[in-house]
Amino acid sequence: MRKLLACLAVLMTALLAPAQAAEPNGAPDVLVRDVTNEVLAIVRQDKAIQGGDTRKVLQLVDEKVLPHFNFRRMTMLAVGRDWRSASPDQQQALTDAFRTLLVRTYSNALTQYRDQTIDFKPLRMAPADTSVQVRTEVRQPGAQAIGIDYMLEKGNDGWKVFDVIVAGVSLVTNYRGTFAQEIRTGGVDGLIRSLQEKNRALESGKAGA
Amino acid sequence: MRNAAASSARSKALALACVSLLAVGCASRPANPDDPLEGYNRAMFSFNEQVDRAVLKPVAQGYDTVTPTPLRIAIGNVFSNIGDVWIGANNLLQGKPQDALSDGMRVLVNTFFGFAGILDIASEMGFTKHDEDFGQTLGTWGVGEGAYVVLPFFGPRTVRDSAGLALDLYADPVTGISDVPVRNSLTGLRVIDTRARLLGTERTVDEGTLDKYAYIRDFYLQQRRYKVNDGNPTNMYEDFDAEDDAAALGRGTDAAAHSAVERLELVAVGNVGATPAALAAAPRNRDTE
Repeated sequence: MRKLLACLAVLMTALLAPAQAAEPNGAPDVLVRDVTNEVLAIVRQDKAIQGGDTRKVLQLVDEKVLPHFNFRRMTMLAVGRDWRSASPDQQQALTDAFRTLLVRTYSNALTQYRDQTIDFKPLRMAPADTSVQVRTEVRQPGAQAIGIDYMLEKGNDGWKVFDVIVAGVSLVTNYRGTFAQEIRTGGVDGLIRSLQEKNRALESGKAGA
Repeated sequence: MRNAAASSARSKALALACVSLLAVGCASRPANPDDPLEGYNRAMFSFNEQVDRAVLKPVAQGYDTVTPTPLRIAIGNVFSNIGDVWIGANNLLQGKPQDALSDGMRVLVNTFFGFAGILDIASEMGFTKHDEDFGQTLGTWGVGEGAYVVLPFFGPRTVRDSAGLALDLYADPVTGISDVPVRNSLTGLRVIDTRARLLGTERTVDEGTLDKYAYIRDFYLQQRRYKVNDGNPTNMYEDFDAEDDAAALGRGTDAAAHSAVERLELVAVGNVGATPAALAAAPRNRDTE
């Protein structure tokens, strides 16, 4: 049985290899693994980032991570139905503000990285799929592993992440309740204003203390 | 007494019903259906935050600085081992004997070969740590979650999970220790250990949200639903850019399609894609109506 599986595995690899080579930026799971490993390797070596150097970590994320994210899609999912009633300008402003917020927040989270290890789970996808879930698990000693899954969608410029699911919760759609509340009280412009204010507060280092 | 309110609500409902037979978007009603106790909850949330800021967090930070990492891991492992007994019992109650057996093995292996749970050898042997509690067991039995409620000190729960918590505490080996000083010290250490683990994440939540209360509430509810389903994905993704509402479900749902279909049993599956209202209704627990 094991031999059969091994043969199948070899066969599958052989069949898949040319298909992967033809992709503009490879298979989605390979993309996630390569980017994660590369970024963590840098963080592990960089004392400044470990010490919480925001500017440096933003630069790293900007260069290595952001090209693989589709922020317009993320913002749309976070805003929900009201996205349709927003004008193209408002949609752009929302995307910009939300992007700034997410990038800053989760870049800072990288500075918290210590000695966790990341397991990449086997990908389940059909060749024709344009949307996949890449599953990973963050392990740390003395605690239960936390699942972090990346939702990727294939567009004209390759695979892009449009959601990150932590312990079963979509970080993007989890904003929906808050955003809907903001839009109810102040309209789409009200939400844009709130996001921009939050970003300004973070910029000046006053928020979250 | 409430005639005026009731009749205004009725006329509002009627107006909406005229617009659409599936009047799901009661945009004028501020209350979140998951959170009818929002006023009380927000007050209790800010009380807990103050307690945390004044006492728990500083203590946890001190603990984090003073204790060397191996010791912290050992302490975490011991509490984790103690917790596995009740986790196994819950797996049994949920009709998952294999998981329960694995939990039992974890306790045996870690207690005897891991020096009373200091080492988590079982994980390395392939017995994965589970996450169960009586609230999840009740959920598996079909008990509805009830309203979201923020408990003093314990934080976010639902009514169901509060009931579960009561039993979790009752069944907990540490709370069963009859020697009061030992019991209190162990409980205190466990609380601090748990809090110290959250030191890294809280900054992210503080910085990344417009309304911390609402974000934590939504996160908690989503996560509990996910846990009761034992990790089966429940996310679905709409495309609000699509011109045609009927096509909105098409792109971007492939990966989540199976779970999405399960969730759509709320509305007739045959209607999927036929009405925008059906689409809007499907992810309703994330949409505050």
